[in-house]
Amino acid sequence: MSTKEVLLNPLFVNNPIGLQILGICSALAVTTKMSVALVMCIALTLVTAFSNLFISMIRNQIPSSIRIIVQMTIIASLVIVVDQILGAVAYDISKQLSVFVGLIITNCIVMGRAEAFAMQNPPGLSFVDGIGNGLGYSIVLMLVATIREFFGSGSLFGIEIMPLITNGGWYSPMGLMLLPPSAFFIIGLLIWALRAWKTEQIEAPEYEIGGHTALSKV
Amino acid sequence: MSEPKYNKDSMKNVLVVSLLVCLVCSIVVSSAAVFLKPQRMANKDLDRNKNILEAAGLYDKASGVSVDIAAEFEKFEIRVVDLQDKRVLSDIEAIDLGIDARTYDQRKAAKDPAVSKVLETSEDIASISRRARYSVVYLLREDDDIKKIVIPVHGYGLWSTMYGFIALDGDMNTVSGITFYEHGETAGLGGEVDNPAWKAQWSGKTIYNDDGVALKVIKGFASADSPQFNYQIDGLSGATLTSRGVQNLVSYWMGDDAFGPILDDFRG
Amino acid sequence: MIEYYLSLLVRAVFIENMALVFFLGMCTFIAISKKIETSMGLGIAVVVVLTITVPVNNLLYQYLLADGALAWAGLPDVDLSFLGFLAYIGVIAAIVQILEMFLDKYVPALYNALGVFLPLITVNCAILGGSIFMVNRDYNFAESVVYGFGSGLGWAIAIVVLAGIREKMKYSDVPQGLRGLGITFITVGLMSLGFMSFGGISL
Repeated sequence: MSTKEVLLNPLFVNNPIGLQILGICSALAVTTKMSVALVMCIALTLVTAFSNLFISMIRNQIPSSIRIIVQMTIIASLVIVVDQILGAVAYDISKQLSVFVGLIITNCIVMGRAEAFAMQNPPGLSFVDGIGNGLGYSIVLMLVATIREFFGSGSLFGIEIMPLITNGGWYSPMGLMLLPPSAFFIIGLLIWALRAWKTEQIEAPEYEIGGHTALSKV
Repeated sequence: MSEPKYNKDSMKNVLVVSLLVCLVCSIVVSSAAVFLKPQRMANKDLDRNKNILEAAGLYDKASGVSVDIAAEFEKFEIRVVDLQDKRVLSDIEAIDLGIDARTYDQRKAAKDPAVSKVLETSEDIASISRRARYSVVYLLREDDDIKKIVIPVHGYGLWSTMYGFIALDGDMNTVSGITFYEHGETAGLGGEVDNPAWKAQWSGKTIYNDDGVALKVIKGFASADSPQFNYQIDGLSGATLTSRGVQNLVSYWMGDDAFGPILDDFRG
Repeated sequence: MIEYYLSLLVRAVFIENMALVFFLGMCTFIAISKKIETSMGLGIAVVVVLTITVPVNNLLYQYLLADGALAWAGLPDVDLSFLGFLAYIGVIAAIVQILEMFLDKYVPALYNALGVFLPLITVNCAILGGSIFMVNRDYNFAESVVYGFGSGLGWAIAIVVLAGIREKMKYSDVPQGLRGLGITFITVGLMSLGFMSFGGISL
């Protein structure tokens, strides 16, 4: 696989959220505001890229019996560092992200890529793979956040686009968009849109109605 | 095929790798924590002070006017109050208790059985379960009269405990402002407690009538024609429980069990 | 007192459901909910692990990590709370591993039922989330036992219900692009909407 493929495949062809079912938890919880979602994306992309890099660097030394815990330790350390940096430079946002920064540790994208890619590939390529998967995650996250903030609060990145009734405007916000379930609907529909475009991603039906036996006898 | 130089699954290697990983990670993590701690603490204090100023109407985030937070905050006189004996402590008493008003952490104190009390369900209006015995208030004086008083409050909303400040005017009855500096309510619904438009309507409302705390966060909109208008705050649409939480924390902290008698003290 | 713990339990199971309200453990929630039987196994494993790890992490936090927690060791000014994430995940990974070995040796029947799910659980955010929420909300030891059990039970109920729906859903004619993952998301959205209504219950 070329570096370009490693970087771009996770965006649409093999999207971590849309196809691999990885890293969904945080995608749903931090997407009511675009600014918060953006910081989450940056944090996750950095953690994935660097954990891939470091794990790949020592992949030939890691004994397989303690593989998972070594990966965990590296990831958790990176997350703590990110959390500390956020607290120091972007206090407001780190307040809003609260526990979800910590949950990057168990974000399956990070673990999944470390185990599936970084353990077999050289550091440079692993780093790119981390960035690519981080971006694939970010695309979905930002799309969901855009839809939720635009319809839910009438604004984008906190800048008012549609003036709300409560502030003397005309737009009555869709409360549902701000509630947790809307994220599921939006992601479900996004997956539909993605698969309408990339039809090879459609899943085979689990159950097919058999041929009409009565007819076939005739 | 060449022989592998060493067996990476050998006991020795397992130990060496795990030790090295632990060592490197702990150095990285601890140094990040140690180097960034002053900055984090400063941010936290700055954020709290900003909110105190905002509640008192001395700082407006939305206006974009930059204010020297530290200098403005210096104007406040910080007093320690005893919520159990219902009185304001003198500076000497506070020092005797080992409380430094500037760094006093009420949240930590609320967990310490020696200086807090467990609230019975009937009195625990704001669902905070424990209340610290001592709290601080921030006073802004003009000449010798108190012009503003800022009171720390907290209570449970829908998801989380909301921490904030309520500022009152010198009559200890008219609300000057309210802010929340920490909460985990749904952004856009309960999170609208941070909405400047919603916070603005608190200014000028009245807390007490003859029967005690009368201020209510009502469902829907407060009508200017209603005789109760001065005691009513619009509920947050789509966030009944957060609104109720705000109402509860006002009722509790302004009530007899908390700051009510102390405000009487200041008034008299 | 019993009433208090009961309401904490109900709150953890329904009102603050890990899966449907906080979206934790979503990856496994969606990936392993095709059959009731397997989801039941995973659900029970989550309950067991949460019930053990949350209280253990609670002790760890109270006596080692919290600000001033090291006072018993003569170090009242040490604040190790920044190590929290690392410590919790370490405890979780270790406990899962020990549990796996223990079950394998002494309760092979249960090991056969739960074994395959246990390794998955280490990376389940519901487990780490349980510990982080416990710390955030300042639960004491007894509360953390109840909370750990309750949040696990809530997660287990949610996944079994979803599996039940999905078992029936495979017979329905879903638009092609929505088949599988897409419709599952929408189903979970509807379930989550249903669970939102528990939010109005005040205990």
